[in-house]
Amino acid sequence: MSPLIVGITVFVLAAFVGLEVISKVPPTLHTPLMSGANAMSGITIIGALTSAGLGATTAAEVLGFLAVVTATVNVVGGFLVTDRMLAMFKSRTDRKKRPDG
Amino acid sequence: MVELFYLGAAVAFIIGLKQLGSPRTARSGNRIAALGMLLAIVNTLVSEDIANWTTVAAGLAVGTGLGAWFAVRVQMTSMPQMVATFNGFGGIASALVAAVAVVDADLGSIAPETSVSILVSMVIGAITFTGSFVAFAKLQGLLPGRPLLFAGQNIVNGLLMVGLVGTAIWGGARDEAGGYWVAAGLALAVGVLAVVPIGGADMPVVISLLNSFSGLAAAAAGFAIESNALIIGGALVGAAGLILTVQMTEAMNRSLGHVLFAGFGSDESSGELSPIGDRPVNKATADDVAIALGYAESVIFVPGYGLAVAQAQHALRKLADALEEQGVTVRYAIHPVAGRMPGHMNVLLAEADIPYEQLLDLERADPRFSDTDVVLILGANDVVNTSARDDPGSPIYGMPILNVDRAKQVIVVKRSLSPGFAGIDNPLFYGEKTLMFFADAKAALEDSLTALNAL
Repeated sequence: MSPLIVGITVFVLAAFVGLEVISKVPPTLHTPLMSGANAMSGITIIGALTSAGLGATTAAEVLGFLAVVTATVNVVGGFLVTDRMLAMFKSRTDRKKRPDG
Repeated sequence: MVELFYLGAAVAFIIGLKQLGSPRTARSGNRIAALGMLLAIVNTLVSEDIANWTTVAAGLAVGTGLGAWFAVRVQMTSMPQMVATFNGFGGIASALVAAVAVVDADLGSIAPETSVSILVSMVIGAITFTGSFVAFAKLQGLLPGRPLLFAGQNIVNGLLMVGLVGTAIWGGARDEAGGYWVAAGLALAVGVLAVVPIGGADMPVVISLLNSFSGLAAAAAGFAIESNALIIGGALVGAAGLILTVQMTEAMNRSLGHVLFAGFGSDESSGELSPIGDRPVNKATADDVAIALGYAESVIFVPGYGLAVAQAQHALRKLADALEEQGVTVRYAIHPVAGRMPGHMNVLLAEADIPYEQLLDLERADPRFSDTDVVLILGANDVVNTSARDDPGSPIYGMPILNVDRAKQVIVVKRSLSPGFAGIDNPLFYGEKTLMFFADAKAALEDSLTALNAL
């Protein structure tokens, strides 16, 4: 199989997994889920790392550097801020455990 | 072996996405996905023959610093803007990866499918970038939230799209870098012009859709540089983002096409304020509120964005605690689009340690209003706007609302009679059972608590 066909196969199968894995999500979680999925779209960072690391010309290296910076902001910021949001979701029992709750 | 590690990262993403869909497992899901990302990054650094280590390390350091700084500093109220910003960065990153491929490759010798992938990645990435930042500017108040429309807008947008596709085909076919750059420039303009006419209330849907786009841009970059990991990750996020977008539009009872092309609040039924702005209202004081709440058996709070702006979540919890001590049943009704994004209000109330069992969603709250003594509305407007239910001419007609007017008494805490985010007046404010308490939400709650304790 040519790389193109392999790529298309992988793309289509992954897209179906993506459609299936997000079943009915309660609106409570829409914001964190969107934020988490957004962090995952920062996977483009591995393309950015390759571009910056292998760039043969100065122009390529500069563009690659910018790609690494922006992709890293997306990844690090995205996962951290999602974690910050999810850390606050507590049930009544969790709240009782706190001494000042 | 290298590919197997990437597969591991992809599996981590799938498990992460799955777990993010349920409150109990969401946090671990996010962490699993983050570990998958780390695995993919390390795998890339180890397996590729990186030559420019300084550049790579500097880029990672700057990006980590900036990202962490944003993530730690941001207020929970500004979360929608934050997600838009991060998403814009992800989009431009994919476009830049494609740009490097244009700069570095011998355009005469690359396969047609590669040049198509480069173009797709560049164009979608650029649209995501400017679109996300327009969404950011609207939410942040740097641009007006209302739809910005001009004559011939659809024609201009149409011509731009034709120009974009034409340039892309011409540039790709002639193997000239110039064509790629012009296409990228046009895409930047399309991103701005496509989002500017969409009203502020619909920005969450736009951000979610652009999130899906940034996944597609990443997948296209994966085709360009032949990386299965990028294709898998991009396709997953692209598809998951699309489903989430559809679920959001369903929560708002809108269709995606309507959100994108209708210029919300500007169609012929017109979002202009109907002339009821000078009708009389029943004004209330903190003492009135305290008496109403103190002698009620059941109270439902309806928090909106105004509550969050006033940072009044903690004041709300204190008042709720005081009422519960007196035996009053306290619940919170959360509209799916309360706040600026579905689920945003849940995050804000969680921040104030309000247990999520007390939060009622639309379906669970609705049957309870008719046997509730007092509904206290804090900085919410559009989600309790009865014209969405009663007035077929209203621009938001058909949007599901919380039917608070079925309760025995309604108290609205609001700064003024100004219309909500959608720019539409609210008949509820002039109702017979409605008391208007004009005040900042936080001050109103604190004063009511003081008055309650003095009863």
